[in-house]
Amino acid sequence: MSSTPADDQFYREYILDHYKNPRNFGRLENPDISHEEDNPLCGDVIGMEFRVKDGVIEDVKFHGRGCAISQAAASLLTERLKGLPLDDAKKISKDDVLGELGIQISPARIKCALLSLKVLKVGAYGLAGDDEEGE
Amino acid sequence: MATASRGTRLDVATIRKDFPILETGIAYLDSANTSQRPRQVTGAMLEYFEKFNSNIHRAAYHIAEEATERYEGTREKVRAFINASSTKEVIYTRGTTEAINLVAYSWGRKNIKKGDLIVLTILDHHSNIVPWQILAAANGATIEYVDIDERGELRLDQFHELLKRSPKLVAFSQVSNALGTINPAEQMVAAAKAAGATVLVDGAQGAPHQGVDVQALGCDFYAFSGHKMLGPTGAGILYGRRELLEAMDPFMSGGDMIKAVRIEGTTYHDLPWKFEAGTQAIAEVIGLGAAVDYLSGLGMEAVRAHEREITEYAYEALSDIGGLTLYGPPPSRRAGVISFALEGIHPHDLATIADRDQVCLRAGHHCAMPLMTRLGVAATARASFYIYTQKDEVDRLVGSIKEAQRIFK
Repeated sequence: MSSTPADDQFYREYILDHYKNPRNFGRLENPDISHEEDNPLCGDVIGMEFRVKDGVIEDVKFHGRGCAISQAAASLLTERLKGLPLDDAKKISKDDVLGELGIQISPARIKCALLSLKVLKVGAYGLAGDDEEGE
Repeated sequence: MATASRGTRLDVATIRKDFPILETGIAYLDSANTSQRPRQVTGAMLEYFEKFNSNIHRAAYHIAEEATERYEGTREKVRAFINASSTKEVIYTRGTTEAINLVAYSWGRKNIKKGDLIVLTILDHHSNIVPWQILAAANGATIEYVDIDERGELRLDQFHELLKRSPKLVAFSQVSNALGTINPAEQMVAAAKAAGATVLVDGAQGAPHQGVDVQALGCDFYAFSGHKMLGPTGAGILYGRRELLEAMDPFMSGGDMIKAVRIEGTTYHDLPWKFEAGTQAIAEVIGLGAAVDYLSGLGMEAVRAHEREITEYAYEALSDIGGLTLYGPPPSRRAGVISFALEGIHPHDLATIADRDQVCLRAGHHCAMPLMTRLGVAATARASFYIYTQKDEVDRLVGSIKEAQRIFK
């Protein structure tokens, strides 16, 4: 059955708001970390760029295209990441991201919801690897 | 069954009674992905399991004879359905993908040489692209893709230009799974054969919706899947011209595809069994036979006419919606497939909203990523129709689209 916005469990106002007005959308100049992943299921792409100073994420931006779920999840994630130590960012879990979205995600859409987390993880651990080599 | 088709018109209400899944209330608009299966098909499979479940070709007891007879019986049904000249030209595979891989492996590795040209089209499904890419990389051949025009129809001028370069192989889909474009297959096969090419036609979307006469079409190979034409998954067909199949080595090897195995070497079985190694998908092949019976009973002309009527209705209904872009040719030149995009709404979001109305809609790249790139989109939403599709299901789709537009406004 069709549902009205008020009882809509999936496309809640704040999800749609993050989709239509994504926070931290765009590119950073000379980022310390830059990584992109795609969702082979649908061809959606999300890239994230980070500026890291003294182990803390000073700035973050994301770009790409995708559905409301993947875009809102990325937007919400970047809000959380700003000012966060990189080590803490690495500890963000799937449940954290799904909790933040606050909606029931079906198995078919879980990859959409977690695409930006994958970008963060692969990007962050990639930088950590570089650091260790440098030390 | 006999009443389900009156002349060239399908009696959809009667047909729907054969599909229990439709009683669940879904509007199933994803038949190009996989079709639903009537009781006649599941019943034939169940009968095998419950009454003569046994392996084929090897046992001497009576239920095994029954199983073998039913399994081989499908071959004649399929032969008649596609008008092949012999059952030796009808090879069972798991589906279109395996059929094309079989040709790429068994025919391709022997016949495609360094510097040879393979011609494909931008409309093709990944299953008619990737096997040829692997072959071309292994044997040093090159691949050219025929482009489409603004209507999503193949650029035949470009096709004829490519034929001047004497391609060794031309492979294309009879009907595009993503746009529904009906390619002028007979004309293309004739031109490709005149240019000296071996021709494979991917009939995954052609066989279920308009049928085929492989002798009239004149192709060397024709591949299709049972599960898109009322049959179960796991059973499909490769048609091949006999002299080509005779000259080809086996694809899979092992049990049942041999005449004699000695430590000095093996003599392969005759056609078609040379290409059917190991225990086969017996129940599925029997189910495919029942599916062919069902479609043959309706008549492919009536099937095509019904799909065209539904497609025209849907095309018109969708055209009326603001912010909706339709891809592909006009309804008279396409099969029962409509790909579209909504401004500001991702296809996945539309599919999720439609799902809440029990409207089953496909969203994605439809295993045609080169085509999506060509269209400049990551994904489209796709509605596809079959013999059981009713206009009110199209109306429900329109309702879901409007609901999505309301949520995303």
